[in-house]
Amino acid sequence: MEHWSPTATISTTDSGPQPPSVAMRLARDPKVVFAGGFILLLIVIAVAAPLVAPQDPLAQNLLAATLPPIGFTDAEPGFLLGTDGLGRDVLSRVIFGTRVSLTVAFVAAGLACLIGSLLGLFAGYLGNVVDTAISRLVDIWMAFPPVLLSILLVAILGTGLHSVIAAIVVIDWTRFCRVVRTETKSQAQMDYVVAARTVGFSRPAILFREIFPNVVPVLIALLTLEMGIAVVVEAILSFVGLSVSSDTPTWGGMIAEGRQIVHEAWWVLAVPLSALFATVVAFNQLGDGLARSLDPVLRR
Amino acid sequence: MADDLLVAHGLVVSYGQPRGLFARGRSSATVLHGVDIRVGKGETVGIVGESGSGKTTLGRALLGLVNPTAGSVVFDGSDITALDEKARRPLRRRMQMIFQDPMSSLNPRHTIGRILIEPIILHGLAESQKAARGLVNGVLDRVGLSRNTVDRYSYELSGGQRQRVGIARAVVLRPDFVLADEIVSGLDVSTQAQVLRLLKELTGEMHLALAFISHDLSVVRSICQRVVVMREGRVVEEGLCERVFAAPAAAYTRALIDAIPLPTVDPGWLTSGASVEVAATA
Amino acid sequence: MTMPRLSIETLSAISLRDGNRPILRRVSLAVGTGEVHGLVGESGAGKSTIAKAILGIVPSQVRIADGRIDFEGRDLLSLSARELREILGRDIALIPQDPSTALNPARRIDAQMTDGLRLKRNLLTSEARRRARALLEEVQIRDPDRVLKSYPHQLSGGMRQRVLIAAAFALEPKLVIADEPTTALDVTVQKQILRLIRSLQERHGTSVLFVSHDLGVVAKICDRVTVLYMGKVVEQGTTAEVLNSPRHAYTKALLAANPRYDRPDTGLEPTPPEVVAALRAEIAAFDAGVMGSRHG
Repeated sequence: MEHWSPTATISTTDSGPQPPSVAMRLARDPKVVFAGGFILLLIVIAVAAPLVAPQDPLAQNLLAATLPPIGFTDAEPGFLLGTDGLGRDVLSRVIFGTRVSLTVAFVAAGLACLIGSLLGLFAGYLGNVVDTAISRLVDIWMAFPPVLLSILLVAILGTGLHSVIAAIVVIDWTRFCRVVRTETKSQAQMDYVVAARTVGFSRPAILFREIFPNVVPVLIALLTLEMGIAVVVEAILSFVGLSVSSDTPTWGGMIAEGRQIVHEAWWVLAVPLSALFATVVAFNQLGDGLARSLDPVLRR
Repeated sequence: MADDLLVAHGLVVSYGQPRGLFARGRSSATVLHGVDIRVGKGETVGIVGESGSGKTTLGRALLGLVNPTAGSVVFDGSDITALDEKARRPLRRRMQMIFQDPMSSLNPRHTIGRILIEPIILHGLAESQKAARGLVNGVLDRVGLSRNTVDRYSYELSGGQRQRVGIARAVVLRPDFVLADEIVSGLDVSTQAQVLRLLKELTGEMHLALAFISHDLSVVRSICQRVVVMREGRVVEEGLCERVFAAPAAAYTRALIDAIPLPTVDPGWLTSGASVEVAATA
Repeated sequence: MTMPRLSIETLSAISLRDGNRPILRRVSLAVGTGEVHGLVGESGAGKSTIAKAILGIVPSQVRIADGRIDFEGRDLLSLSARELREILGRDIALIPQDPSTALNPARRIDAQMTDGLRLKRNLLTSEARRRARALLEEVQIRDPDRVLKSYPHQLSGGMRQRVLIAAAFALEPKLVIADEPTTALDVTVQKQILRLIRSLQERHGTSVLFVSHDLGVVAKICDRVTVLYMGKVVEQGTTAEVLNSPRHAYTKALLAANPRYDRPDTGLEPTPPEVVAALRAEIAAFDAGVMGSRHG
């Protein structure tokens, strides 16, 4: 425009071709595609469980007890992955079990992330008294033995999904807080934060527009990791009978039952265990892939 | 003086370090021991010093990014040390900064376009988005970057290009004063020459006051009119570049100049020259 | 002319990651006995690749495509890892660029300095310690006992660099590679360190390959200079020749772009686009020639 002197004594340098957009970068990472696809599939299965499951997961049929999966002798067509000791269809139960696992994964991890991250952001950015207070809180909190805390919570709140979620949130929010605090602190030292101050942005604006986007990659990796952990914790709690009522099929509950008849009907243990394993691996891989494709610095 | 834009007087900056939960006193590190400095309108002043001289802290104090323990910084008549952050906001547009490491001073998650346009919008310098984008294009043209840089991220640019973005950001708001903190330190000599030349032209065109912090006296000589020499938080010498370089008054300045290796063959240089009595820690 | 201590002959290297982009283009240089040879170039010119090639620490994505590095009659590139390890530290030593990362922060100075002495010379710890103390005195450290007992973070940058220089000269090597040894230091400290390197080098008759991007530093300490541009040697000669009567356009441009406090208007002359274009063309022609000779 007219403000600038027409003499451009510096040769104009071109910045090269347009880089791929975020969506394209994500689509190119095999971890994101496969793991993400798997998780999406699980979500669909969980939501449409009644439609997808071939049998009623609660229907007992003692005449059809401990039938093996298709391909083995004595298998029956209606029960693709066999039946358990009470004649219930393993496949249908695993499908319904997905509901419990994913609900816990998303809700528990999500809440722990929300609470922990907010506190971590404030601690890391505001520093001084706020940081000291929150850090001390985290230190003291983390000193409580987690297993004891979960049992205590379940004892108070009673068994059920709500107490499983509460147990995970109450214990794991500290993990988010610590990581986010460290990352926020480190980003707050960066010159671009100082630059934003010189431009005149307000403190809240700097925290959310400048710093937070740079904390997100770390956060996403941790969130998906936490989802995997949540799934395992739920399985453990339902293994010991502290999760939902024994009617609702859960992977942990199935593992507990399957463990007792593993020599006669190994599939009753193997199927939910494989589902658990695959889900946790998928969450971890997804987190790893997301962290790498979303973070421009890491990608170099 | 009537022509002074920025005057700092008696600046003292100390960082207190609390010693434990029940500390009675605080052990502190004083980085600036009462520094006076002035920058006139449209004037380029170099601030030189070695590590530990406090030059970076001085720069930040001048911009109001660090609150001095004592002393004042008066910008165009207003004492910014007496103002709170909110009151300083309107002044911020008029005082800008260029950083040493453009990699860390450009938010890696923002496009260059966003980095340049947001300040314009924040300070209401354009009537519309379109006008704002026009200003951004204008400044990109001026610093010699192609217009498609707006869609790039900092990691996609070279060191020299990033530094030009840093300069663009500093001048797009048309400030009265710019602080350049070691902005050519990591650059190749040829890129450094480009950046220095650009800066010199811009300060002339825009009648910009510039405080140029550097450890490199030769660089300072090439673009500054006056120079302030610092050592361990104090001003050791100041004056017009011509005078200070031709006839340095302080022993430290003499040692500093003498230590600069010029690209000339001079067999006696190594063994000769004033040597500053550096403590056993060196 | 006597045999040079180090002779690099037509050394070529490529980057495997960048589609075999050439990093070094038939570089040849020779460092005589007791000579300080400056290797000058901007970043990316290939100077540190040459240093790494000599030391045998070229990163995995770089491949040496051709050439020899002759040291005392042996081609370093053809030696086994074991043979190379014998030579390094004893006959060839390194003064690294960054004194803050080159020393192990968890170990005391005396431990780090005596490592080499005990390993290579089979000295007892007490003997090695005495020798280390003597070396620290040689690098003009006033309080060697205190320094020996210190950890790296307790010492200043200049002090650490002196320790590293002492360690480099500890085994009386024939060749020292100084990789930008003063870049991280204040200018007054730099002068002291340069003075020190020169005096040690003269006393022991050591040859030095002095890598730097700073023409001023090279002017003060080097006897001969090689100027590198994009992996290719563009100028070579005594320091006086190269600085006072440069022949190649790049050397001239480099000298013009360097700011000098005694000449106020220097430092604002970027390399003119015509010169850059000519340089690029020169490199392109060179590469084409190499390709041609390979297929021919």
